[in-house]
Amino acid sequence: MTALAVTGLSKSFGGLQVTANVNLAVEPGERRLIIGPNGAGKTTLFNLITGEIAPDGGSVVLFGRDITRLASRNRAHLGLARTYQIITLFARDTILRNVTLALLGLSPLRWNPVIALHRQQHLVAAGRAALERVGLAHIADRPLAETSYGEKRRVEIAMALAQNPKVLLLDEPFAGLSIDERSDVRKLLVAIPRDVTIVMIEHDMDTALDLADRITLMHFGEVIVEGTRAEVVADPRTREVYLGE
Amino acid sequence: MSGHAVAIGMAVLALVAVPYATAEIYYVNIASQILLYAVFALGLSVLVGYAGLVSLGHAGLFGVASYAVAYLLAAGHGHAVAIVAGLAIALIVTAGFAALSLRATGISFIMITLALGEILWGLAYRWISVTNGDNGINVATRPAPFGISLASARGFYGATLIVFLIAVAAVAIFVRSPFGAALRGTRDQPRRMTALGYHVWMIRFWAFMFSGFLTSVAGILFVYYNQFISPQAVALAASAEALLMVISGGAGTLLGPIVGAALVVIIKNVASAYVERWNFLLGAIFVAIVVFMPEGLVPGVVRLARTAWRTVRRSKLATPSPLAGPKP
Repeated sequence: MTALAVTGLSKSFGGLQVTANVNLAVEPGERRLIIGPNGAGKTTLFNLITGEIAPDGGSVVLFGRDITRLASRNRAHLGLARTYQIITLFARDTILRNVTLALLGLSPLRWNPVIALHRQQHLVAAGRAALERVGLAHIADRPLAETSYGEKRRVEIAMALAQNPKVLLLDEPFAGLSIDERSDVRKLLVAIPRDVTIVMIEHDMDTALDLADRITLMHFGEVIVEGTRAEVVADPRTREVYLGE
Repeated sequence: MSGHAVAIGMAVLALVAVPYATAEIYYVNIASQILLYAVFALGLSVLVGYAGLVSLGHAGLFGVASYAVAYLLAAGHGHAVAIVAGLAIALIVTAGFAALSLRATGISFIMITLALGEILWGLAYRWISVTNGDNGINVATRPAPFGISLASARGFYGATLIVFLIAVAAVAIFVRSPFGAALRGTRDQPRRMTALGYHVWMIRFWAFMFSGFLTSVAGILFVYYNQFISPQAVALAASAEALLMVISGGAGTLLGPIVGAALVVIIKNVASAYVERWNFLLGAIFVAIVVFMPEGLVPGVVRLARTAWRTVRRSKLATPSPLAGPKP
């Protein structure tokens, strides 16, 4: 069964067609890279998949279940997690609390107004374990505002991973990182087991290309080329989009 | 026992001692007012501080509870019926308030709550068959729970103190709970919260209900304290005053709204005895707070104390004391 199947997805903002009849079929365990120039509609596609915006047409199917009309929050409960291109974290809280909030989001405990959250040992332990995975366990109790940009990027990924997603959407996980930080995040992504399907938007081809099984090239809201690494790199249309020839 | 627990114990003891510390009924009544407004401010702070939703219509909810109790008592019902039904009515109105105003956030949310508050004020003023219009409703007696009369100032203070302590404990527990953490999450990153699987609207709705519940409890204390209710208590000025309590003391802290309530009540009652233009004094103090401690009195004082402590420590390290200096 296809992990994530997007069929004929379309979205316009006024007269601007940002997503035009996009088809995408990502198999379980696959690493899919989505590339394309700025304004190609990559992030909008993510927003449509997670339900943050509603499509004008088409469908999104997650492991055989049509989620096109499902509320965004319920998609998280079905195993869809994402990170953001622009860091979207809880700046006033500690790193651990950020990850705990991610864990709590899928727990029925989130409605409980009586118990003390910091005493929920299983949540705290799971939060620390998630931070261990991204190499931040040693600064778990540091306020998020006092962490570096690279650390924040890893917190983003830790929060998504903490939710044990089936499909993980990564929106430019390498954006704004130094070379060292890139290699850290890269190792981290390589270590994610294959029971997680990953769709990743990335500009940095050098770092991202060899992570991907298949690559989708988008331009002006359309899928231009799709195929293996070699196929997409060799395709003349890739050259045309990127070099304007 | 930790220093924290000792401080709380001392504060509670001090509050219990108030009626015994002064022979003047006047001061006991001031203390009762502070506590009942503190419950109101705590309720409003749940929305303003923890949900990041500023309401300018909470005096409406406060007034609905007051009016409901006064009306039911005037209609001949007992205190227990009036209080329970008053709370129920106020909660139903709160649910309506929440359902309408939570369609928006930010400025639009403020404007919707303002408009709803004004509707309730208009009803209090014009629905004369129920509210007795400008003349208000008198409440003949105070209740006597478990045979203890609350007619005296000291008796009423005791009952108010118990309600106040329960309200503080409830908010303290709420803030530390998973739901409290989720609520603060919706304040800081609603979009991320949705992506994490939270029902942002529903979280805000229940926070609004909790806020409305505390506000209604304060409204019932208010109507029994004054044994009278008139449209003035529902007016926009009353909503703004409660908001000033929350913001001046420090929204999103437990102690802030209590300190803010004390500040406003003391200036209103005590300073007005000495300063004719006490409104001017109140305004000047708020301007000073906003200029020097925009985060509110409680967090502001904590910040200043920390800075002062650091400066003292640093200067001790930098300049050796004269005794330790080199001998001539």
